[in-house]
Amino acid sequence: MLPDNDTQFDASGQAWLDQLTARHRNDASRLLQILREMQERFGHIPQDAISRLAERLGIPRARIESVASFYSFLHLKPQGEYRVLFSDNITDRMLGNQALLEQMCQLLWLQPGKVSEDGLVSINTTSCTGMCDQGPALLINGRAITRLSHQRVQEIAQLIRNRTPMSDWPADFFHVGDNIRRGGLLLDNKLAYGEVLHTALAAGAQSIIDTVKASGLRGRGGAGFPTGLKWESCRKAQGSDHYVVCNADEGEPGTFKDRVLLTRQADLVFEGMTLCALAVGAKQGFLYLRGEYRYLLEPLRAVLQRRRDSNLLGESILGKSGFDFDIDIHLGAGAYICGEESALIESLEGKRGVPRNRPPFPVTHGYMQQPTAVDNVETFCQAALAVQMGADKYRAIGTEKSSGSKLISVSGDCAYPGIYEYPFGVSIREILQDCGAVNTRAVQVSGPSGVCVPESEFGRKLGFEDLPTAGAFMVFDDSRDLFEVARNFVHFFAHESCGFCTPCRVGTSMLKQTMDKIANGHGTQYDLNEVENLDRVLQTSSHCGLGRTACNPVLHTLKHFRPAYENKLKSLMFSPAFDLDGSLARARQMTGRDDAGAHLKETE
Amino acid sequence: MSKKLRVATTSLAGCFGCHMSFLDIDERLLALLDLVEFDRSPINDIKHCGPCDIGIIEGGVCNAENVHVLHEFRKNCKILIAIGACAINGGLPAQRNHLDLGSCLTEVYLTEPGLAHGHIPNDPELPLPLDKVHPLHEVVKIDYFIPGCPPSGDAIWKFLTDLIAGKTPELGHGLIKYD
Repeated sequence: MLPDNDTQFDASGQAWLDQLTARHRNDASRLLQILREMQERFGHIPQDAISRLAERLGIPRARIESVASFYSFLHLKPQGEYRVLFSDNITDRMLGNQALLEQMCQLLWLQPGKVSEDGLVSINTTSCTGMCDQGPALLINGRAITRLSHQRVQEIAQLIRNRTPMSDWPADFFHVGDNIRRGGLLLDNKLAYGEVLHTALAAGAQSIIDTVKASGLRGRGGAGFPTGLKWESCRKAQGSDHYVVCNADEGEPGTFKDRVLLTRQADLVFEGMTLCALAVGAKQGFLYLRGEYRYLLEPLRAVLQRRRDSNLLGESILGKSGFDFDIDIHLGAGAYICGEESALIESLEGKRGVPRNRPPFPVTHGYMQQPTAVDNVETFCQAALAVQMGADKYRAIGTEKSSGSKLISVSGDCAYPGIYEYPFGVSIREILQDCGAVNTRAVQVSGPSGVCVPESEFGRKLGFEDLPTAGAFMVFDDSRDLFEVARNFVHFFAHESCGFCTPCRVGTSMLKQTMDKIANGHGTQYDLNEVENLDRVLQTSSHCGLGRTACNPVLHTLKHFRPAYENKLKSLMFSPAFDLDGSLARARQMTGRDDAGAHLKETE
Repeated sequence: MSKKLRVATTSLAGCFGCHMSFLDIDERLLALLDLVEFDRSPINDIKHCGPCDIGIIEGGVCNAENVHVLHEFRKNCKILIAIGACAINGGLPAQRNHLDLGSCLTEVYLTEPGLAHGHIPNDPELPLPLDKVHPLHEVVKIDYFIPGCPPSGDAIWKFLTDLIAGKTPELGHGLIKYD
């Protein structure tokens, strides 16, 4: 049975909480992990439990509430027993998620964003859940359900109404496909567990770094920092401990390659992390897994345990004394910003995911202010491959400045969405052909913070020379309105801004309001100018990359698809943001007036 | 000496705090009067605004009359300035925005005893309230914003003297406060 909303934080709850905190050594840096488990048990974070937790961890209540209120998947107020969150990426929208959301709301008699009166269910939207190749998708109490249809929504509503425990729901609902459409170096590798580590141990730490440097490997999270250089700096940095962190907070809408890697290549990911630990001299590693991939936690833990049992993790790995390393999995709780490495580290330390000032960079002052190598899931896999193959062979793949292969997450208007692996240097046109896309108007490369590429530029190639990418590849055909695509992305950034710096917190909201004003038919040329002014403020004064890239979708679509904006404008120089006369309607109704003074013209 | 600039000011859904702050320029008001003359403003009680160079408005837009006044200012002023938190964001009056207007009116005039003899006033003399309180820039184009609650007299003085001198106004260190 699911936890009831009326669950009192009673003696058994308290005993459970005490056990939980003891398991986390009453360590305040575990706060986020503790809160996640409380959320799972109670359905929200009960007020009484916060007081108890504050006592146990020796921190003020305010700190707990500030952390709990930061993350989307943690709730300080009771939610429905069944908490339904529809993924609201543009790809979900294109597959009709809004109609499905309305349908479910009607079936269960409630409004989006509200809890039903009997406390049974709440329905809302959330940012992209990483299921774009099998959407529309949703999360119920943190579990992903894909391939929604009217039929499936009806079945879900029925199960909820009957209060069927989720463990009894059809297993097929929770099936997440891998949809690997094109393999390569990484996806087709046949390495045995531990094979890379044997090679690496024989060569030694310095040799690993030399090989990774010589391979030309660059980070696969999008920024493309040379991996060997990062590991070398981390190794050289002074500190009492060194750490390895794998960034699996794959939050960029349209990206889902890490999900597939962690499903199909978990050993290679952990092998890459262990390799990195050997190179930088780390004893502890963390995998930061986004909350949306909660269902991967148990399988991944099983893989870790198998590796410990095979002496591929733990003490004296592969019999080499002094080579001790283990990996802990931390779960996120629905915050895109935690994909930024310094925000991720803050979150790992149990705090709000607010990006740090950089420099100092994590390689010198990372987790617990100690030298930390933070890399993307795919980067660790590629590093393992590079070490196994040797630098020259690895470098021969791809292009001069972008060696190796890249996983591309293809979604949107195409026949075969899924994961495609290509050597760097592949053109947009080639990918479009392979995925069966026709009449394509534009491709959004690397997600909302990336680049919108119009048809005239489909000859451009993926790689650090031209189009760097974290892997998202969203296809829009000629039936799509690129203004609506940009508006969806702008809403995403406004929702995901961490709120720390004013330009981003306020700027992304103003951008959202202006885009909505245009969408509602109230826009003018003035508003387009305002959008451009806002973009400038965001780009020049935001604290981190989120604010700096938040305007990219608008800038790019304005550049290539300006008429999509202009045809929504009124021809006036300026028009109010809302219907003036309409906003007197309620007062007219309440007062029974309908005289001239009870009406307003838009301009005078 | 060149012609004096004409300045109009008014308060919409505001508390006149920004106007009080304006008076905090103290004896500099005399220097200002060498440069400008006042059109509609609480200083002189002129009821309607004529053609002006600068219009300064405090307060947000909460009712139909506010809309008329704002339109009058926009039509007559070459440069229109929103001054203070309410004009820029809606401020305190906008706290009613999360309530339904109907339930506000019911609460005040029907539920609570002692007001309006149990009916919601419907005299055409009274401006109808909008369902939400809006910042000025959602109703007309605004050229400049002076933030603050209220902005200090020094900030207002700096802003106006810059503007009158034909410079892009800049509120430097200490003239904008964030708390």
